[in-house]
Amino acid sequence: MTPFFIPARLRLSARRKRTFAPYLYLTPSLLVVAMLMLLPMAMVVTYSFQRSAVLQPDNSFAGLMHYREIFADPVFWSSLWHTLYFTLASVVMHMVIGLLFALMLNSPRINPALRSVLRVLYILPWLFTQVIIAVIWRLLLEPNGIVNSILTSLGIIGSRIEWFSNPETALHAVTFANIWAGYPIFMVSILAGLQGIPKDLYEAADIDGATGPQKLFFITIPQLMPIIVSISLLDFIWTMQVFPLIWLTTGGGPIYATEVLSTYTYKLAFAQYNLSQASASAVVILLIAIGLTLFYIRHQKAR
Amino acid sequence: MRTRKTRKDRLVTVALHIGLLAGLLFAAFPIYWMLGSSFKTNAEIFALPPTILPEVFTLEAYVAILTDPVKLQFFFNSYLVAFVVTALTVLIALLAAYGFSRFEFRGKAVLNTLIISTQTIPPITLLIPFFGLVVSYGLFDTYMALILTYLVFTLPYAVLLMTGYLNTLPRDLDEAVAVDGGSSWTALWRVLVPISLPGIVATSVYTFLLCWNEFLFALTLTKSTDMRTVPIGIQLLMGQHAFEWNQMMAMSVLGSLPLLVIYLLAQRYFLAGMTAGSVK
Repeated sequence: MTPFFIPARLRLSARRKRTFAPYLYLTPSLLVVAMLMLLPMAMVVTYSFQRSAVLQPDNSFAGLMHYREIFADPVFWSSLWHTLYFTLASVVMHMVIGLLFALMLNSPRINPALRSVLRVLYILPWLFTQVIIAVIWRLLLEPNGIVNSILTSLGIIGSRIEWFSNPETALHAVTFANIWAGYPIFMVSILAGLQGIPKDLYEAADIDGATGPQKLFFITIPQLMPIIVSISLLDFIWTMQVFPLIWLTTGGGPIYATEVLSTYTYKLAFAQYNLSQASASAVVILLIAIGLTLFYIRHQKAR
Repeated sequence: MRTRKTRKDRLVTVALHIGLLAGLLFAAFPIYWMLGSSFKTNAEIFALPPTILPEVFTLEAYVAILTDPVKLQFFFNSYLVAFVVTALTVLIALLAAYGFSRFEFRGKAVLNTLIISTQTIPPITLLIPFFGLVVSYGLFDTYMALILTYLVFTLPYAVLLMTGYLNTLPRDLDEAVAVDGGSSWTALWRVLVPISLPGIVATSVYTFLLCWNEFLFALTLTKSTDMRTVPIGIQLLMGQHAFEWNQMMAMSVLGSLPLLVIYLLAQRYFLAGMTAGSVK
């Protein structure tokens, strides 16, 4: 289609431009990724093998010393289990509540106006940052707060519970706050997914005389599976990294009862100023995240 | 037979509405309680029996925050950092998205995967080297430290979001410019940017919120009260005035305002921003 009167020299340069152009457009982004992500990732790995890093740096090679110290630390292992409990319980409950709310909102039995109002209200917890979620739940779960006052007046608990400072309840309390905060992403995604399920599947099921629960378990849920799996994986990766919510409710306490990998690493770095050991712990977190990410990317590609 | 069916039907409808009400209490009560407490006196917040509506409606907590120059500075810092990062992110992401959306080139799939996978890098892994870099370049406790480090978390998603948006726009539009002898640069700015405004808004909303909410880097890379952002301000308030619950709630309400306003004004863009990349 190139007009014949354009000199060959210019045509070539236009084609060259076409070859180089995409790289030029990508350069700023790649610079950011290289300077602010790949380089720091290489740095954190390097730090983890140094005797001491950043503050009073000692570049001499420490081998696996910091990793051995971490793996010998019982608090690291309990942080790992707390992270796992917090993350698994959060993701499962986000999924259950999100699915339940989406199915309720999607029911033809409710008035469309009510549906749209509730849809907005059900998303509300999502709009709040972790810091504010922490503040809200500290107010609600204060020993003299509304939750204790309701539970005691209903006779469910005998005396007031110090939810965040009792080692028995603290981990469940922070997990509950996180469950409250995170279900809307499932709800919104599942609501969108429900629109995409072909109606004739249900019509065919009706003809065969299927009951409501049968339709739910044999049509709706299998059809939603790809969405549920990808959101669960992302939610798992994000929840594993939660920091402010725990930092501002319990700070990892009482007596490490809510210590998770992120608070453990942060304290190593900025309370004990052991930045090289903290780097080793950060590398462990990174490896877990990379494993999950590879799994996520493979899943996305398989779809 | 028929009456039994309708009765069962009615029961299901009633149960559904009870479920919806329970859901509403679960979702909204904590927020209602925060909002209500911000208008109460500190004594009333823990009154027995609890008061559902403030008995003494007072704005003292809001006045206390909005007249305190230290707290106003937190808001100023948060807005400044969030606006600058948003502008930079949108600009850089737009260029990359244009490259991904309109060109075929070697390494495209690899680069795309690289950018997607950065979404899942745990912030805590980058925190320690960022601290090292920021300290050694003399950027500790400056706006620049926050602006630079936030970019790495806002950019990947912004690129994904903008690429997705540009892919929905027909190629003929910008190819027409090339046929007329214009460069791809002209095509981007004259043709694509003006019609991409919805995508740019979605990307900006998402980026702004991410910056507004950021806690870990603001906590670690700044130190003086003049440099602190709203999330850190709330933490400081919690430490200093452990008993001023109404101020803490008022600060939280004010700190959530940008999110609530954006959500109510631009729900469509907001949801697009929050679910893109994860749903598809």
